[in-house]
Amino acid sequence: MATQVQAVRMALHVGETRLGVTDIFGEDVGPPLGGVFTATQGLATAWNSPLDERGVIGAAMGLALAGQRPVCEIQFGDYAFNTIDLLKLAGAMHWSSNGDWSLPMVMMTPVGSGIHGSIYHSHSFDAQATRTPGWKVVMPSTPYDTYGLLLSAIVDPNPVMVLLPKALMRVKARPGELIPGEPEDERVLSKMIDAPLGDRSKWRPEWPDTPDIFLPFGKLKRVREGRDVTVVAYGRMVAICERVAEQVAADGVSVEVIDLRSLIPYDWEGLVESVSRTRRLLLINEDTEVTNFGEHLARRVTEELFGELLAAPRVLAGKNLPGIGLSDELEKASVPQASGIEQAVRELAATSIARGASSAPRSRPAAPPRLASAELDHREAFARAYAVR
Amino acid sequence: MEAAVLPPRESQPRPLPDETLLRMHELMLTGRVLEERLIRMQKQGDGYFWIGGPGEEAFNVALGMLVDRGEGLAHDYLHLHYRSSATLLAMGADPVDALRQMKNTATDPYSGGRNFAGHASIRRWNVAPISSPIEVQFSMAPGTALAQKRYGGRGITIVQGGDAGTAEGDFATCLIWVSRPGNELPCLMIVTNNEYGISTPAATQHGEARISDRGRAFGIRSKTIDANDAEVAYRELEEAMRYVRTERRPFLLEARVSRLYGHSSSSGANLVKGEVDCLVEIEKKLEERGLRGRAELDAMRAQKTEELLAAARRVIAEPQPEGHTVWDHVFAERDVVQQNPIPCDNHGGGRRTPWLDQAH
Repeated sequence: MATQVQAVRMALHVGETRLGVTDIFGEDVGPPLGGVFTATQGLATAWNSPLDERGVIGAAMGLALAGQRPVCEIQFGDYAFNTIDLLKLAGAMHWSSNGDWSLPMVMMTPVGSGIHGSIYHSHSFDAQATRTPGWKVVMPSTPYDTYGLLLSAIVDPNPVMVLLPKALMRVKARPGELIPGEPEDERVLSKMIDAPLGDRSKWRPEWPDTPDIFLPFGKLKRVREGRDVTVVAYGRMVAICERVAEQVAADGVSVEVIDLRSLIPYDWEGLVESVSRTRRLLLINEDTEVTNFGEHLARRVTEELFGELLAAPRVLAGKNLPGIGLSDELEKASVPQASGIEQAVRELAATSIARGASSAPRSRPAAPPRLASAELDHREAFARAYAVR
Repeated sequence: MEAAVLPPRESQPRPLPDETLLRMHELMLTGRVLEERLIRMQKQGDGYFWIGGPGEEAFNVALGMLVDRGEGLAHDYLHLHYRSSATLLAMGADPVDALRQMKNTATDPYSGGRNFAGHASIRRWNVAPISSPIEVQFSMAPGTALAQKRYGGRGITIVQGGDAGTAEGDFATCLIWVSRPGNELPCLMIVTNNEYGISTPAATQHGEARISDRGRAFGIRSKTIDANDAEVAYRELEEAMRYVRTERRPFLLEARVSRLYGHSSSSGANLVKGEVDCLVEIEKKLEERGLRGRAELDAMRAQKTEELLAAARRVIAEPQPEGHTVWDHVFAERDVVQQNPIPCDNHGGGRRTPWLDQAH
């Protein structure tokens, strides 16, 4: 039963042995460490680079231009901001040359908060990633999806970013989500592919025989069916939304939870199908809320499904702050928490905009008790901080 | 560790064979006349922006003549910049294609009307897309060079930028990445130094005596040359490339050049007085050696000018790209570099821009 970080490793092993991956590299990616999260332990093509993020992305681009299949790692998504110029160039390589070149490269990077990573180990990258045209962007929330999406990234002819929620790195797969071929017992898997402590010079991993699984990009996963509100999340927020859905179900609020998984391209048809049924939409992610990817989806749903909605789409995202503070209270106040999600869900479920006779609400859930509105407080705080003076 | 900086060459370079010098001259002349035509087109409204390399022809032509041209790891990879048109001409590019890019026509083979003049992309010759940032090529070059080191053979990576671009971090990236101990890469780093960054004199921003000195700290063999002399440029490039090809190690070559029409059309693109003109210099040699007389030189220039004027008139009438084609090539449908089939459909239902499938 793999963790996310073990799933990355197993996918990369398949990549380098069967799918033509030539280079897995980045800062501390090669032996002896095998990555600060151990995502690249025991891999034959893993090597250490200088501590130079622009060099890492640039070298991956050069390798791809030369017909190689590179997978590079930016140690923390926070440090990918250093490379944005090159990411833009990579995304433009095929387009600006009018199709003359393609650039098959994978960049993987741990993102988001939840490990008390302070200002430079907590930032999200999905807002930036999704506004870098020419890149495909995925953000898996389970070991199985990580495995399948990473393999799809490896064989894609375009640059693909695999954003790995760092708080999920050590979270184990749930029952029924095994990668075919991996041992069910986590201790057995660990013995096979986790590097031992101490001297590793003689250690060789024993890889389980796992198949080529290519999860398609642009296909969402419905993790919980519901009737009243569609909650769209990805990465670390998915499991939190599932718990909230469980909680409010006791009060008769039926929440559909969607794991978007693939941000670019995204599953618009799947979103339309769900929102057309629930007629209410809540978008959750950790990145800062101004020019946020959830805003794009909210805009599009508003434009294209306005007549079907019973409530204005809501976006609950990271606060528009320069950083995420170290203290537990500061971190909790900066990114969406279960309590805020629950409140937003209950408020949405209780809202039914008056419509003409032809579009009367089908079923109206009971109004929730009025909660202490942290969300309203936030709106006031935002208005104060960003007021034109 | 390599001897870092070779002493400046005291003696005259070994003269080039007559036919080589004549070929260089003809290419340099074509390059100059092409740049003058591009400038004229921009000034006449047949292009939005000009940037190019008049004044660098001696060096850039020599480079193009010495390149091992071809596709794939066995041949040279080129990460050039926006002053490299004469290199491409010397490699065999059609000057009319540069006119097409100036006029941003649909027929522009480098970018289909998407990019500025001087921003070529030629995959069949390993010429990576040239972009406007002055430094990014120095971060990409170690990647192709690494692949070539692994492949073996004699193919090398050539990366070129100007002196101002060496202030960017990517130049330091390249120095570091091509000289990792035990992993030295076959990369020829070229800095064409015209002593200006747009309007700013290098001497007001750079304290280093010579840019090539920066190779020293990394054990990179380095040299500064007078690239206004065609024979110096050719011989020094020949030597540097021989070293990189056979030793499979990096070389940093700083080539002193002139900038005869300023930075770009933004600074007027007018002839600058007081700079050495490499074309005048090579023509002096040809006259001194009795290889071409003044009348012949003048006639050649007139003829090439006439040919490119006629070509420009034809290009102006070629179609512009249609607006809807902006959606072409956002994503690659297949790997054109390796020609690999894709074993799965990652395109969200096969649409080219699947997240913008409606109402756009």
